Amino acid sequence: MNAIEARDLSKWFGEGETRTNAVQKVAFDAHFQEMLFIVGPSGSGKTTLLSIISGILRPNQGTVKIKDQDIWSLSADKLADMRLNTVGFVFQDFHLFPRLTTVENVAVPLILKRRKWDEAIKEALQALEKVGLAQRAGLSPQKLSGGEQQRVAIARAIVSQPDILVLDEPTASLDGDTGRKIVEFVKRDVLNEKRCIIIVTHDDRISEFADRMVKMEDGKLIEIEKGQGHA
Amino acid sequence: MTGILKIAYKLLVNDKGKFAALLIGITFAVFLMIQMTSMFAGMMRKASATVTNTGAKIWVMDRSVTSVASSIPMPAFMQDAARSIKGVKFAVPLYLGAGLARLQDGTYQAVSIVGLDDSSLFGRPELIEGNIEDIYAENGFLMIQDAEAPKLQNPKLGTTFEINDNRGVIVGIAKVPASGLFGIPTLYTTFNRAIQYIPSLRSTISYILIEPTSLDAIPGIKSEIDKLGYVAVTQDEFMDRITNFYEYHTGMGTNILIMTAISFIVGLSISAQTFYTFVLENLDRFGALKAMGAKGRELVYMLLFQAGITCLAGYGLGIGLCTVLIAAAKLRVPDYASVITFGNLGLAFVMVFVIAAISSYIAIRRVLKIEPFDIFRS
Repeated sequence: MNAIEARDLSKWFGEGETRTNAVQKVAFDAHFQEMLFIVGPSGSGKTTLLSIISGILRPNQGTVKIKDQDIWSLSADKLADMRLNTVGFVFQDFHLFPRLTTVENVAVPLILKRRKWDEAIKEALQALEKVGLAQRAGLSPQKLSGGEQQRVAIARAIVSQPDILVLDEPTASLDGDTGRKIVEFVKRDVLNEKRCIIIVTHDDRISEFADRMVKMEDGKLIEIEKGQGHA
Repeated sequence: MTGILKIAYKLLVNDKGKFAALLIGITFAVFLMIQMTSMFAGMMRKASATVTNTGAKIWVMDRSVTSVASSIPMPAFMQDAARSIKGVKFAVPLYLGAGLARLQDGTYQAVSIVGLDDSSLFGRPELIEGNIEDIYAENGFLMIQDAEAPKLQNPKLGTTFEINDNRGVIVGIAKVPASGLFGIPTLYTTFNRAIQYIPSLRSTISYILIEPTSLDAIPGIKSEIDKLGYVAVTQDEFMDRITNFYEYHTGMGTNILIMTAISFIVGLSISAQTFYTFVLENLDRFGALKAMGAKGRELVYMLLFQAGITCLAGYGLGIGLCTVLIAAAKLRVPDYASVITFGNLGLAFVMVFVIAAISSYIAIRRVLKIEPFDIFRS
């Protein structure tokens, strides 16, 4: 069973002369225990593709199956539940709540899953331990460095044990060394046989960590061999 | 659900600046709304003081009477006519007037005079000092011990004064549930002495007070009085009549209504704008929550909870502030006309509820429009 099966995906914005084809007839699979990189220049459609396969942007055409379930045939509520239970998100700008403590931020997905507050905090602490930030649990994310905030975002993404972890430009807000360390950590400590990690990036410096890479160009997907480099 | 609401609570109260601004806005609005309406309620209570103090079930008066103070004298036969109506247990005259009392040091003080029916003394106040029978003694008057009493130079039993060159003697000191609106002391005496001391028109009865045999008899009594060309109203109807007069015929009510509306608008503006800014600042985080799997209705609950908490806290603080101010004012001005009624609280609550509803509606519309995809694009 594949983690993700995307077939014939197309997404366009606008109509008529203003129509922009962001994704055009894209098909690919993503597997468990695989770190898949989606690379490509800005505006090539990689973020749009990531949004479609993670269930937050409806395609105009095509299907996306996550663990054999066609996600775009689900109702809005079921789709939200699918995202909550199956996909973990690490956003480019982290989007941590500055008014919550670090551990409370990490506990948010568990709270959304209706876990009791104390239980959620306990599990969030364990997730923070995994990313090496247990000692920062009581601080506001604003008091953490960029790398630390990224690790908090990763802890938040993995706290509910998702099958698929999606990272959008995880190194964009970090310096080169910190970015490398983060991706290395994700590969070493977060990836496992029950999980698929998809990273959208245009950062060449981290390509060595990819198990497989696909490249987006003008909305079309080209699979590239690892080590070929990308734009 | 409680976990989500706890997150909502923390997001709100940990943003101390915005939360304080929201609380100040709502508190100030509630304070003004309650202050305005309680002032009006206090004045109306005072304007109806004679009605409540007398306690008669039915009041007969000229059709044109709009307030207690503006009584139009009725001829004596009206009392007999009222007594002869079926369902009337008893009917007694009441005199209400004003005079100038010359005090012992030679100064003059305006006073309100209440003349009670000589035989029954119906509507008499509760005595604190003296004997009620002494009101029949020569020149006997009861003085009401209220915030206005010092204006008579705090007389004691036996203190004398003059009204229209007639000697008056304080034979009793009494209290009433409410004091009058016009800030002058009140003296009670018998009906006949009152019309003897105060210059009067040919007709002398200000009001006829009727005790019906039963509540069922009231419609019949009203109908019969109506046939005589006068009007009979119950105590509540008379108080409504008085309130109506001050509310719509003096400008007092309209002004207070305008001030209340302005308070509402100020509260709404501050609250809605601050709450909207709060939501705008957290928009990307709400979007992130949506992307993570939060449902639209859960975000709506969060916003409603935040708006609800703010408004309830502001409501409580506003009431507290208003209570403190009224209490402080009454220390300085004992007769300060302001009273917080359940009606005031209810009105303010409804207005706060509307503020919360509008503020959260604007925020909810914005939050529901966020596409999680926008979070990725940002």
